[in-house]
Amino acid sequence: MMDGMRRVENFVDIGALEDIPRLGARSVKSPRGDIAVFRTADDSVYALQDRCPHKQGPLSQGIVHGNAVTCPLHGWVIGLTDGQALGLDKGCTPTFAVKVEHGRVLLALGGAAPGNLAQSAQL
Amino acid sequence: MLTAMNTIGGVREKLVVIGNGMAGMRTVEEILARAPGMFDISVFGAEPQPNYDRIMLSPLLAGAKTFDQIVLNSLDWYEANQITLIAGEAVVSIDRAARVVTSETGRQVTYDKLLLATGSNPFVLPLPGATRPGVMTFRSVADVERMLGVAAPGKTAVVIGGGLLGLEAAHGLNLRGMAVSVVHLMPTLMERQLDASAAHLLEKALTARGMAIHTSANTASFDGEGEDGHVTGVTLKDGRHIPADLVVMAVGIRPNAALAKAAGLACDRGVQVDDAMRTSDPAIYAIGECVEHAGQCYGLVAPIWDMAKVAADNICAAAASGFVPAATGTRLKVSGIEMFSAGQFIGDETTEDVVLRDAARGIYKRLVLREDRLVGVVCFGDTRDAGWYFDLLRNGEALGALRETMIFGPVAAAGDPQEALGSLADTAEICGCNGVKKGAITAAIAEHGLATVDAVRARTKASASCGSCTSLVEGLLKLWLGDGYVPIVAKPMCKCTSHGHDEVRRRIRTGALKSIPAVMQALEWGTPDGCAACRPALNFYLLAAWPGEYVDDQQSRFVNERMHANIQKDGTYSVVPRMWGGTTSARELRAIADVVDKFNIPAVKVTGGQRIDMLGVRKEDLQAVWRDLNAAGLVSGHAYGKALRTVKTCVGSEWCRFGVQDSTAMGIALEKQTWGSWHPHKVKLAVSGCPRNCAEATIKDFGVVATEAGWDLHVGGNGGIKVRATELLCKVTTEAEVMEYCCAFLQLYRMEARYLERTAPWLERVGLRYVQEQIVENAARRAALFADFLYAQTFAQADPWAAQAAGDNAETRKYNAMAELV
Repeated sequence: MMDGMRRVENFVDIGALEDIPRLGARSVKSPRGDIAVFRTADDSVYALQDRCPHKQGPLSQGIVHGNAVTCPLHGWVIGLTDGQALGLDKGCTPTFAVKVEHGRVLLALGGAAPGNLAQSAQL
Repeated sequence: MLTAMNTIGGVREKLVVIGNGMAGMRTVEEILARAPGMFDISVFGAEPQPNYDRIMLSPLLAGAKTFDQIVLNSLDWYEANQITLIAGEAVVSIDRAARVVTSETGRQVTYDKLLLATGSNPFVLPLPGATRPGVMTFRSVADVERMLGVAAPGKTAVVIGGGLLGLEAAHGLNLRGMAVSVVHLMPTLMERQLDASAAHLLEKALTARGMAIHTSANTASFDGEGEDGHVTGVTLKDGRHIPADLVVMAVGIRPNAALAKAAGLACDRGVQVDDAMRTSDPAIYAIGECVEHAGQCYGLVAPIWDMAKVAADNICAAAASGFVPAATGTRLKVSGIEMFSAGQFIGDETTEDVVLRDAARGIYKRLVLREDRLVGVVCFGDTRDAGWYFDLLRNGEALGALRETMIFGPVAAAGDPQEALGSLADTAEICGCNGVKKGAITAAIAEHGLATVDAVRARTKASASCGSCTSLVEGLLKLWLGDGYVPIVAKPMCKCTSHGHDEVRRRIRTGALKSIPAVMQALEWGTPDGCAACRPALNFYLLAAWPGEYVDDQQSRFVNERMHANIQKDGTYSVVPRMWGGTTSARELRAIADVVDKFNIPAVKVTGGQRIDMLGVRKEDLQAVWRDLNAAGLVSGHAYGKALRTVKTCVGSEWCRFGVQDSTAMGIALEKQTWGSWHPHKVKLAVSGCPRNCAEATIKDFGVVATEAGWDLHVGGNGGIKVRATELLCKVTTEAEVMEYCCAFLQLYRMEARYLERTAPWLERVGLRYVQEQIVENAARRAALFADFLYAQTFAQADPWAAQAAGDNAETRKYNAMAELV
């Protein structure tokens, strides 16, 4: 927990885990643009920029399956762990660090970058 | 009416059958096969229905089958065979001297030969409270209807009797969402069919499904208010009390021999018959559960089929055959629980056992041998080889070397599954659900030139229920057709499964699968929670299969159907209110104008479907927009859904000098009846008031074109990338017919097309002829489809906008951001 304490200043409470439907997502408005926060079947939580690398479709409105989301506009499938497009499509969506503590979802806005900054955490 | 008061002096002998059930009608079928036209046949049935499959009452109770699906002889069959059916009228006496039977209404019919097939009555425990409302038996369609009248999720049921019938009833009620307890007198369940080990596994499996099993439990009374208040519970002799909204007694049957006894025929427990199925009066035969043959009564179907053959041989004087009781096997029709037993499965000092247990997989097999012959078998958890064992048992041949490996089944014994299938006798049962033997399948393949599993299913019913014997049926096709057999491999739904759409739909129905996780579990999905292709399809299939029961899974809906608006390329939405038949009013237009101003909606457009589209609405504004539109009486137009979209109309005879019918009123009526229905794809309707067809009805999914004489009904058209004009379904004369045919057509499409398949490609795939057979030529089928559609609509016709605009709850928070960190 000490590790978590040290980083707490970077994380902002954005609501309860229960506010996100399982196999669904909610969007968060932020100075860095809209961020989609996803919840998978096993209650892992991921955060991505709410823009598909293809044509900027809102990923928060897509169907969540496994650790991926299908964009509602043209069906690109984006991995939730790293924001990379799956299959034959090429592209990447920025990820944000997010975690769940005591049933609350905590999002870190700083340090967003493509790649592996995203965290997932169990309840 | 169907009177036969006069004896018409003619060439044909008069055969009267008392009992319109499985035994009686099977005998009649056997008679017709031997000597068509030999008899003038009249059939009395106490039940009002045509002959149905009593074995299938449990799937009917569970909701896995409809009554139509369990009818064995339709009314058309009686007519086609010139049989006078007097249904819903019990026979009360037989005058053997005058050879005449009298019914409860006083109707008299004379006979030359009489066949008694009066079946059995369920035994009712003579305990206090046994006549209370809510205490019932499980024997007929009427019983099932009574049970379903009480059954509801969350209510409690107690089933008295843990035998075959009791457990099937318990399973059905459990699937209906009731909390079910089973009270069984003996220490183990199904003691007449299972040994203690298998019974234990069965008890575990049922408990895992949420049933409470009470064995060694003796019922004392059925409790309720006052003398004759509705049942509220069951008290056991040991003082325990179990609450119950419904009590089902399934404690055995008694041959129904009262009529025979009153007529002076020799009876003991049942109507006594000789080997030729003849009673003590040579003009009277008896068959089925009402008879007693050599001191034995029968309740399973296999020996009764044998009796039917013997009775027919003798009634037609076609052969002097005699009934020889054979070993029978039993299966439990509880989906997901495989069990089979036959013969002397409880051994004694003269027998030895070969036992296989696989605890991890819940498998138990016990073979009972006497002097190197198989005399009994119990299988639990894996019954694939049951047919093979049953065959070995009935043949009674010395086992020899087979003994070593037989517990592992014929595959191990023969080394090659195809060889094993080939070596099966024609009498070996392939399909346990429908009792179809190998010989019947191979004969059907040969006679009718069948080449696919579906064709075998349609002709013989083999593998048509649970589907677990599909590979055996395929194997037989391979054996028979050799290289000529080309398996039709259905295109898988998606990468998550190897099953095609049709197979998935079939398994949802027959397996009573009622949630997406249940489907994925039962059909062994390759991914934990599917993908964006299969989840919306499964959600629709479940919604269509189980109206009112299935809870829509919002997370498996495409965004438009989840948000009740169409997502646009910039992430905003478009909103299209319904305009019934393309009509609107000043009030509606004013409300739309006000909404456009208030929410700064950037674009407004008239659609191709005679409605108004507001484009560029922000997600956060959707609920408020709907609230304002609702206030003016505007509701969702479902322009966003795989659902009924528009009903386009022309002005028709009301205004147009060419119009011959009121197409606008017809269109509005159709839209009022069909709006809200979900479909495999979008569905568009149109009604034109004359053959000039200004509403472009001939490129719609269902198009109606008025003529002087009535209405032409067209189906299967669409615009789109590949324009397709409709085909003419039929011509009708009244508005009521337009409505019925339209709803029946939509229901057939909903139930049989694949997800994302519009009516045009569906029609090209199945053929117009098929749809005409279902909708136009078969009035009963059309009526049933119509009724199913109307039933489903009772759950579908709620304006989603009103519900979504209502307020801030878990369902509607999706329109707003979770947090604003700006």
